[in-house]
Amino acid sequence: MTQTKLPQTKLTARNVDVFYGDNKAIDDVSIDIGNGVVTAFIGPSGCGKSTFLRSLNRMNDTIAGARVTGQILLDGEDIYDREMDPVALRARVGMVFQKPNPFPKSIYENVAYGPRIHGLAQKKADMDGIVEKALTRAGLWNEVKDRLTDAGTALSGGQQQRLCIARAIAVSPEVILMDEPCSALDPIATARIEELIEDLKSRYAIVIVTHSMQQAARVSQKTAFFHLGRMVEYGDTHQIFTNPREERTKDYITGRYG
Amino acid sequence: MIASVIFPAVLALGLIGWFSTRARAKLLYSGRGSMHSMPGYHAWHLALWIVLPALLVWGLWSAVSPVIVDHTVLSEPVAAQIPSDPVQRAAILSEARNIAEDPGFIGFYDESPTLAPAMKAAQDHYGLIGAILVAVAALAGGGYAFTRVRSGYPARTRVERLVMLALLGASLLAILTTLGIVASLVFEAARFFKDVSPIAFLTGTHWAPANAVGDDLNANFGAVPLFWGTLYIGAFIAMLVAIPLGLMSAIYLTQYADRRARKVLKPVLEILAGIPTVVYGYFAALTVAPAIRDFAAALGYQNPSTESALAAGLVMGVMIIPFVSSMADDAIAAVPRAMADGSLAMGATRSETIKKVLLPAALPGIVAGVMLAVSRAIGETMIVVMAAGATARLTADPFASMTTVTYQIVQLLTGDQEFNSPKTLSAFALGLVLFVVTLILNIIALRVVKRFREAYE
Repeated sequence: MTQTKLPQTKLTARNVDVFYGDNKAIDDVSIDIGNGVVTAFIGPSGCGKSTFLRSLNRMNDTIAGARVTGQILLDGEDIYDREMDPVALRARVGMVFQKPNPFPKSIYENVAYGPRIHGLAQKKADMDGIVEKALTRAGLWNEVKDRLTDAGTALSGGQQQRLCIARAIAVSPEVILMDEPCSALDPIATARIEELIEDLKSRYAIVIVTHSMQQAARVSQKTAFFHLGRMVEYGDTHQIFTNPREERTKDYITGRYG
Repeated sequence: MIASVIFPAVLALGLIGWFSTRARAKLLYSGRGSMHSMPGYHAWHLALWIVLPALLVWGLWSAVSPVIVDHTVLSEPVAAQIPSDPVQRAAILSEARNIAEDPGFIGFYDESPTLAPAMKAAQDHYGLIGAILVAVAALAGGGYAFTRVRSGYPARTRVERLVMLALLGASLLAILTTLGIVASLVFEAARFFKDVSPIAFLTGTHWAPANAVGDDLNANFGAVPLFWGTLYIGAFIAMLVAIPLGLMSAIYLTQYADRRARKVLKPVLEILAGIPTVVYGYFAALTVAPAIRDFAAALGYQNPSTESALAAGLVMGVMIIPFVSSMADDAIAAVPRAMADGSLAMGATRSETIKKVLLPAALPGIVAGVMLAVSRAIGETMIVVMAAGATARLTADPFASMTTVTYQIVQLLTGDQEFNSPKTLSAFALGLVLFVVTLILNIIALRVVKRFREAYE
């Protein structure tokens, strides 16, 4: 049995419940997310996978009435602890959204936004370096290096999404959360993003929520299957897709519902 | 007289037609099963065919018949001795008409009573002809529509088209009224500019219409101090209050206030927009202006005036806050949530996100809101009438009394005025300038808003 071994656990969730008002969206989820691997969350619409993802960098805080109980640890630190600053947390746990959402600024300013906020560069040359590195890692540098002052919103959808990834990695996060990053993109742009995820995974812990089981199978090493707010099964991607332990997982994988 | 009979008669006929046709169409409906239009539409179709042609004929006849009546009366032998001067003739005919309708009427001309019997006879004659024409029109229209009460007749389509035309007419009426206002402004202003050179008007710095007699017109109609006062109060002092306060309240309401606070605060803020401007006016005059005078005195001003640009501008600014804040509110709320999420997810704080992402993205909408607010402020009248003063003065001193375009228009047009003196006509020239400026501001603002909407849809 060729079990992918976890080099180290980056994020740990224990008995996490998420509520929207009185509505329980996530029920008792416990999971260990490893560093240097891609973890996929799959499941039918409304199963809570995006909600759970958003609780990993406390983006749920921005939604009125959202509440998280249980424990989520980043490198052993409780991220919902009173001492933990959500702003500092989000600099360590970056996020890429479903729809590309570049700021209405130039390409350069989009990437420089985070480093500037966090004071990562003192001089213009340092900032140039950070921007170039982030764009290079996001596989966008060669396409945009001659037009860094153009508006970020003028890029194609796939380029915009890679710009958003560049923007996220410019602040050197440890974890990157991706919420259906390819659902608004065509197959070619999707393939580019998937290659990019492959390139990035050695440096970061990546968690990706996806509707596409093929995508989960292609890019991830670990897969968690969510259904009706609960995590039904979590294991190696290969095992989940070839030999699921749970009947519900099998039904979903084989297209019986969802 | 004729009208008071014909009008109700036509309406009654229409009503009878409506009910009888509905009953008839219902019978048809139950007999055949399928009709193109419901009975109600047939009823309306018939009633409208009775009423509208009749009203049309009546309207045309009312316009034409006085001319025919006058002509008939003038060709009578009794009319031979009346003067040939057209103005006098018209006056005599008008008096004769009054006597014909009310025998107690005392005319100025001696000829009038002699014409009255002929006038009365002609009026009765042509009134009867008119009544017959109206009745024919009503019956012909009704008869036409009556033959159309069939199962396959598209009465619904016809009636709905007419409704559409009525709606179109209603909207055209508003537009035509606007055009009429513009035309009268332009026309009267043109009369003013015959006497006073536009260049002197737009660039002169001395405004004293009361002294304007004889040849020194150009020297006394320099409107620059008025434009200055208008802009200084409306576009500068008022905006100094309205922009920061409006913007900050919009940011608080969209970004920080929880749902309960928003529910209470937003309507309260909008009440500000509903307060009559005259109430703001006396608040400015009775409460704010004296306080500012005392403040000016405390600063060491000699004899500060009760009326001041600052008092008017401050109160106007408060009045304008809801405009700025609701436009800014809309503009900020229109920025996609994903944009703010993107910024927050990178570890930006709420206020960094507002400053660096939301406000720049919402800026066009905010600018448009400010422009609308400025155009509203410079057209505002009551506050400046009550608190700004009457002195046309070119100064940047906020404690000085100042006057505005709107205040001068009020001054020039109230009370007994000759309607062809340059003094009165200058009000129209001022109105035209004000209208053009606010129109331009509004057009720019609407364009900006439109482009801004497109960017996010």
